[in-house]
Amino acid sequence: MNETGAYPQPDQEQAPVADAGPVVVFSNVSIAFDGPPVLDDVSFSIAPGETRVLLGPAGVGKSVLLKLVNGLLRPDQGSILLFGEEISHMPEQQLFPLRTRVGMVFQEGALFDSLTVRDNVAYQLIQEQVPDAEINQRVRDALRFVELEETFDLYPASLSGGMRRRVAIARALIRTPELLLYDSPTGGLDPLTSTTIIELIVKERDVSHTPSLMVTHRLQDAFILCNHRFDPEQGRMVPLPKGETDPATTFLMLENGRLIFDGTLHELVKSKNPFVREFLE
Amino acid sequence: MAIQTIEKTAKSIVLTVQDYSLFAWRAFTNLYRPPIYWPDFLVQADIIGFGSISIVVLTGLSTGGVLALQSAATLSAFGATAVTGQFVSLTMIRELGPILTGVMVSGRNASSMASELGSMVVTEQIDAMRALGVDPLRKLVTPRIAATITMLFFLTIVSDACGIAGGGLVTVFMNHQNGTQYLNMAWEHLRYPDIIQGLVKPLFFGYILSSIGCFYGMRTTGGTQGVGRSTIQAVVWASVLIIFVDFLLTQVLLTLFPPL
Repeated sequence: MNETGAYPQPDQEQAPVADAGPVVVFSNVSIAFDGPPVLDDVSFSIAPGETRVLLGPAGVGKSVLLKLVNGLLRPDQGSILLFGEEISHMPEQQLFPLRTRVGMVFQEGALFDSLTVRDNVAYQLIQEQVPDAEINQRVRDALRFVELEETFDLYPASLSGGMRRRVAIARALIRTPELLLYDSPTGGLDPLTSTTIIELIVKERDVSHTPSLMVTHRLQDAFILCNHRFDPEQGRMVPLPKGETDPATTFLMLENGRLIFDGTLHELVKSKNPFVREFLE
Repeated sequence: MAIQTIEKTAKSIVLTVQDYSLFAWRAFTNLYRPPIYWPDFLVQADIIGFGSISIVVLTGLSTGGVLALQSAATLSAFGATAVTGQFVSLTMIRELGPILTGVMVSGRNASSMASELGSMVVTEQIDAMRALGVDPLRKLVTPRIAATITMLFFLTIVSDACGIAGGGLVTVFMNHQNGTQYLNMAWEHLRYPDIIQGLVKPLFFGYILSSIGCFYGMRTTGGTQGVGRSTIQAVVWASVLIIFVDFLLTQVLLTLFPPL
């Protein structure tokens, strides 16, 4: 970690300067699994530096949408652009290099049980045959960012749920991704641990400005993300002045597979949509 | 309603066969295309090969012993107990060694592959691997298939040797016959085509049991209950296919190498 609290960016892997185009574009995307559509005619985009929070109750297709973003699932209809490339019909082999530019945090962490924390975090680097000394250094940096340096040699089974999520965040960050996807990163965690995870997401947003999409059904997490900023001097998350929100953090909301809201926090709380009102209340 | 059910079942079977064919073909072609994960191959070779030695040795010894007991009882009626060695060695090498090793190893390893990969699927570890830019088929499936084919070949040789040894022990200590005569008969009537038959089969059986185990593991759905279901299906289908393919292979090999 450097003096600003940022996760260090290795020189040889600096993310390319983002062009003006959006990082992700969904156009009329639909998908179904042996039944009614899980996602129906969904369109939205993620701009460079933007953090989008996808809200909705359980079972509306939030995780499915997230998996569509990096091609883990294929849509039945519509088009998905990732870094400007159409991926909805891209062969799996061509998707692998594209996915290495995306960091993804899964709902339960999805750490590899048979590997230590070091090997989990370094998984991509090990596949790329990076020298061991460099791997160890970068893993320690990533673990320091999530404040779990002491877990270096432990196995995932000996970690708590919150620690597993933080290790998963370290794994997603180690290769300095150009897009971050968080699948319910605070699901099933106690409020204190949830705030720790959200603080890490705020830190990554404000220090590295990596565009991201966070799926959650917890309104309080979404509001904390929007109402707080990371203060590098204090090394922690602080609330924004009353009435201010982070301009780069915007919201999406799904209802039964359809996108019913796309806008800022201010627009969300003023929305007249009955489902949005019910969800907020 | 009944017709719809039949149609749905038929479509499901055709789809499964299609999925397996594509899966097996991709896994097979990956054997010849880099990257090849050699460390994973060695780990799997250790688990599958050395881990299965005890069951293969015990099965081989017992089967050879039973063959010697049964054949001696029948052959004595014709005064031909001297050919016990020939009977045991030919049966073990051409048929029982490969098929019993295949079925025993499939019980142990097809189930283990299906449950291990199935658990990884339901805990999203496979998706995480794909998201990290690594092909699970190359990383997890291909090393298992290559290791199973290689190790089943050697395990079959171990099984054959143990079967002949088991038959010899029964012949000497229980049937009270001449051990040298048993070994001479076992050795002298063995031809190269018999050995080729016995060593070609484990290559196919190894491919079948590992690809079926991995296939059912990778298509697991439905949480932990689904893992159990995949494990059962893997063992059942691997065993059934091994026996069925053995029939086809025997027919082909007997055509290629007709008995004298």
